[in-house]
Amino acid sequence: MNITSDPWIWIGGLLTLCIFSFLYKDNPFYKFAEHLFVGVANGYFLTFTVHRVLGPNLFVPLFVQGRIWYVISLTVGMLYILRFVPRVSWLVRIPIAVTIGYYTGAVIPATIQADIIRQIQATILTPQNFQSWNAGSSGIIWSVILFVGVACTLSYFYFSREHKGVLGVTSKIGVIFIMVGFGAAFGYTVMARVSLLIGRFQFILGPWFGIIE
Amino acid sequence: MTILLLSGIFTLAPPTGIQAYDTPDDRGGSITIEWQLSSNDVGIEGYEIYRSEDGVAYEMVGFIGQGRGRYQDETDDNREYYYKVAALRDTVRAFSSSSQPVMSRPQLFDLGATNLFIAMIIFCSITLYFIQTARRGKKFEIRKIAGLDAVDEAVGRATEMGKPLLYCMGVGLVDSIATIASFNILGAIAEKTGQYETPLIVPTSDPVVYTVAREIVKESYTSIGRPDLFDSDKVYFVTDSQFAYASAIDGIMLREKPAANFLVGYFQAESLILAETGAMTGAIQIAGTDNVSQLPFFVTACDYTLIGEELYAASAYISQQPLLLGAIKGEDWGKIVILSTLLVASLIGLLTKFPILNLFR
Repeated sequence: MNITSDPWIWIGGLLTLCIFSFLYKDNPFYKFAEHLFVGVANGYFLTFTVHRVLGPNLFVPLFVQGRIWYVISLTVGMLYILRFVPRVSWLVRIPIAVTIGYYTGAVIPATIQADIIRQIQATILTPQNFQSWNAGSSGIIWSVILFVGVACTLSYFYFSREHKGVLGVTSKIGVIFIMVGFGAAFGYTVMARVSLLIGRFQFILGPWFGIIE
Repeated sequence: MTILLLSGIFTLAPPTGIQAYDTPDDRGGSITIEWQLSSNDVGIEGYEIYRSEDGVAYEMVGFIGQGRGRYQDETDDNREYYYKVAALRDTVRAFSSSSQPVMSRPQLFDLGATNLFIAMIIFCSITLYFIQTARRGKKFEIRKIAGLDAVDEAVGRATEMGKPLLYCMGVGLVDSIATIASFNILGAIAEKTGQYETPLIVPTSDPVVYTVAREIVKESYTSIGRPDLFDSDKVYFVTDSQFAYASAIDGIMLREKPAANFLVGYFQAESLILAETGAMTGAIQIAGTDNVSQLPFFVTACDYTLIGEELYAASAYISQQPLLLGAIKGEDWGKIVILSTLLVASLIGLLTKFPILNLFR
């Protein structure tokens, strides 16, 4: 055992234990670590935003390079602050509308491309897609399973009718496909989380206590 | 004979037929160079791409391995460039002739995204048609969604226990569809909590999301005639750091002891931390997200889970507003179009030699 004298590793190790103490119950050590974490994160966020976002994307182009049209962005952004002035606080809706409108417009085509067009392409039954499984002649079977799974899962998300009759059967099959997918995702993600936990233990037992290399 | 063999080893044939052109369907800043491979292609390391602005002094701008006859160069728009390609073997280079001068420009339309444009026209037309139909007074029905039927139960329980409701929107920004859907649900839930005077806590992880959430809650209280219920200290920004946010929400769950937790929006790795802590406090939990990798955690740790598109349908279901119901009807027809497309495309793909997959690139 070779305990480190590096104060930063001590701080990291003690804060890790403070957070782990939550497993017992809420306590002053956890509260301290939680508040410190939130405070430091916000301090970092503020500094990062000023130096890396507002500086290069607004202040430098506007005040140094003289790109006067950036004053539009500045004005729209400043409207957020007007919510502190009760008489004109309604003006905050303008930047909200601009932001939501812009992002909705930007996201919809990307979603249609990634979640609809590409998925249709991968699901269509063609000899080319059969080969993409790299499973020889059983590629046909996997493609058909995928096709049935997509069709039945889509029917589960059909909201205009109660799930009875044929729609009831297909939606139940769809739920099975969904749950199989969730099971696989669950196992995969838990594996990733366990590796995170192992990482923390390695930090405590390695750099801090010097028990492991 | 020996001379012929030696000349075969030591001479290196240059690439031929060099063509440079403005890369089509892009936003500028790119020129594509194509060439016929050297007849010694098998034995070379690759091709060096040279560029010149005056057709005299060339500089190397890229390298590509053997067997490849295409390269995209990053350029400044509206400036003429000349290109040469050299086949490289050891230190020997065989240069092609120079290309014609070429300049890059941004294109107004991306013709490669025509299929996307058509899909958007179809889906938007269907949705707008059903919204218009709803505006004319036609009523649409939506099937039962278990998680949303529990909203009234959750609000009622909080009211009876005299405890608050917690509405957590996750770590998504306003560019996330799940966050936008969550805004709609927040509005409907704020109205319900306002009717029963039940406190609603909304901690957020992004300043813009916070501003929008604040306005929505305020607007909802105003719409039911109770603007006085709005407490600006209940809707607040915590931090944008994912795990600091998760630790803060855990603290709120344990100290404020909400009777119901709504975890609705875009969640990442913090989903299980939040859902488990909420389950420990005994609160009724309704969760919803479109992030497939996090849904299994909500399914296991929450009482009700809105899966994927159920989240988008939720605001219409809760509010029963005809316009929103019309949009859901439009989405359903969109699914019918997708299914029909799959069937027809599969038939074409199986029965003909038409390259059907190319239509969906």
